[in-house]
Amino acid sequence: MNGADAIVNSLVNEGVEYVFGYPGVAICPFYDSILQTDIRTVLIRQEQCAAHAASGYARITGKVGVAVVTSGPGATNLITGIATAFMDSIPMVCITGQVNSQMMGSDVFQEADISGACESFVKYSYIIRNPADIPRVMKEAFHIAGTGRKGPVLIDVPVDVQNMPVRHYAYPETVNLRTYKPTVAGHAVQIKKVIAQLERAKRPIICVGGGVHLSGAAQEVLKFIDKNDIPVVSTMMGLSAIPTEHPLFYGMVGNNGKPYGNLAMNGADMVIMVGARVADRSITDPDRISESKVLVHIDVDPAEIGKNAGPTIPLVGDIRHVFEEFNKMELHADYTDWIDRLDGYKDDARNAKRRRMYEREDAIRTQRRVFHGVNPPEFIRNLSLAMKEDAVYVADVGQNQMWSCSNYIARKGRFMTSGGMGTMGYALPAALGVKIGAPEKQVVAVCGDGGFQMTMQELATAVQYGIPVKLVVLKNTVLGLVRQFQHYNYKDRYSVIQLGDKPDLFLIAQAYGIRYLKIENNEQAADGIAAFLEKDEATILEVTVDPDELC
Amino acid sequence: MSTSEVKQTKVFQILVDNNPSVLSRISGLFSRRGYNIESITAGVTAEPRITRITIATSGDDDIMEQIEKQVSKLVDVRDIHELKPEESVYRELAMIKVRADSTQRENVIALANIFRGNIIDVSAESLMIEITGNSGKVDAFIRLISGYEILELARTGVAGLGRGTKNVIYVDDMRLGAGISDRTC
Repeated sequence: MNGADAIVNSLVNEGVEYVFGYPGVAICPFYDSILQTDIRTVLIRQEQCAAHAASGYARITGKVGVAVVTSGPGATNLITGIATAFMDSIPMVCITGQVNSQMMGSDVFQEADISGACESFVKYSYIIRNPADIPRVMKEAFHIAGTGRKGPVLIDVPVDVQNMPVRHYAYPETVNLRTYKPTVAGHAVQIKKVIAQLERAKRPIICVGGGVHLSGAAQEVLKFIDKNDIPVVSTMMGLSAIPTEHPLFYGMVGNNGKPYGNLAMNGADMVIMVGARVADRSITDPDRISESKVLVHIDVDPAEIGKNAGPTIPLVGDIRHVFEEFNKMELHADYTDWIDRLDGYKDDARNAKRRRMYEREDAIRTQRRVFHGVNPPEFIRNLSLAMKEDAVYVADVGQNQMWSCSNYIARKGRFMTSGGMGTMGYALPAALGVKIGAPEKQVVAVCGDGGFQMTMQELATAVQYGIPVKLVVLKNTVLGLVRQFQHYNYKDRYSVIQLGDKPDLFLIAQAYGIRYLKIENNEQAADGIAAFLEKDEATILEVTVDPDELC
Repeated sequence: MSTSEVKQTKVFQILVDNNPSVLSRISGLFSRRGYNIESITAGVTAEPRITRITIATSGDDDIMEQIEKQVSKLVDVRDIHELKPEESVYRELAMIKVRADSTQRENVIALANIFRGNIIDVSAESLMIEITGNSGKVDAFIRLISGYEILELARTGVAGLGRGTKNVIYVDDMRLGAGISDRTC
């Protein structure tokens, strides 16, 4: 057995079923050894997408995703994917080949100090110099990636270490990391305090973030809300934890969220942040949030608590555990008046939206303004309703993401997107990983024509491995969100936002041998969506969107 | 949120597993999150697999709290706590090379003696003084001696330990092997 065999055996011991990656000389021993196992390999077309695919796989399965690439450019290409996973706390183990350990530091061919480069956005990193360390390092890496606040762990393995003999291979049963012991159980006293405070509160609101998905706590949170009739809002990362049409759900908060969601946050006298960072996209001026309200912050990462806003009641622990405890307790409170008020906000907002829709239609009718293509919000809403109830919706980044997060109707499915990093091109490769992790589920990726072109090479991966993802490209021929920013902040002085109308997506689809459909206007939308979703095969749906549309 | 916006200086003692690039992980965390480092010292403890890092840093209360939390989060870190001035002893060492010919030598030596400094090198035109103490004492001596021409100056930064046995950390780690379970660091 050599070092590469030890790595591969460790993957087997961890129950890894899929490896996303791209080989090269420095990782060849690994890719040779993996042939002896049942682990399935997916040859992605660019390393960044190996990390995104592993991220999608991890998010849908709850397991640790694995990406394995070669040294130098292979490793540096992976960086954006690692950083994306880090910002969204996605559990992942990334293995990079490295040049011969004797050569390290001398700038030889395809050498990059990847552990140094990734230092600030991995949860931990290893350089293996002694093959005897491999089982321990692998065990630790999976443990660190998948526990506490999850995140990517990097393992850099010089090619000679992969080839060195390993005499005694024994995969450790437990990890012994004296320095790493994440808190899982919430403190009983703090848990009681939160319940007591809820009994005193008149206008409480729960804000769910991505942590609810990561700890698999959506059912527990829902149970708590239903049992005690507490209104709830969501950050973008928390979307789909609560069904959109749930009577106690008041939408997404933040600068792209629902006005009534933000009104609910502002009007509350008690805010319970659950697995959310209180970050700049969702909360304006977090410093002041605790001035007018009791802030409870529940997070598995103690460093998040108090980073952006000082909570009145900090509660460190795994969300599922905390809500299991909450659900064991009796809460005597009645928030009917508050809920009535929130329903009023919701009705007002919906009426206003109806008015805006009417104005838009009116403008089109009276020719004051002609919008080509579909109405994006309406399209997204109808698409998500036509999708299977438990389908996965992967949104890319840009205007399409904003339309997606504010118009997607969550039922029993999952919504995912690159939230923290905002990485364009995330949707397609992540959707590949999702579909591989959950082949029984319908998986729809929605992107713009900018993001599509960043990772469109992965269509080849979809075809080669027969991964039937469905891809919607909202094509407006511009970088919509940047254009919108320049519209508002630079008085329509547009700079470097024209994508042009190429490539021809029909020809692209033909080139890859993928089914292709197109929707050019609202009238075609219903039939087009139905045709798009009917077969379980990889399909591109091109949707014409007016470049002037704002989100 | 702030309990205090007042900038203050604190000395943190960090015990870390002596893993590769651990020092760069710590200093990298400080630089990327914009925490100030006034001085940093590092050296192995009585247990050679554990390194003690002493960092003098400044910032308001929120920053101090974040420093403790973010440093604790690093996988290599066993412990971080503040060395409070009233419960700790700080020392810093400085080596100061001063231009001094035979006429000035006596005066410089006299000044060094007042501060219990040692003369550790002499040449025809220079003297090297070693001085140990808390940062205030070292600062005071440097101010005094700067009446002469300082040719070179090397300061180590603050090292510190808590007083008494209250905060002594014992190694109780199987990973370090048997037989050293009562070793202190």
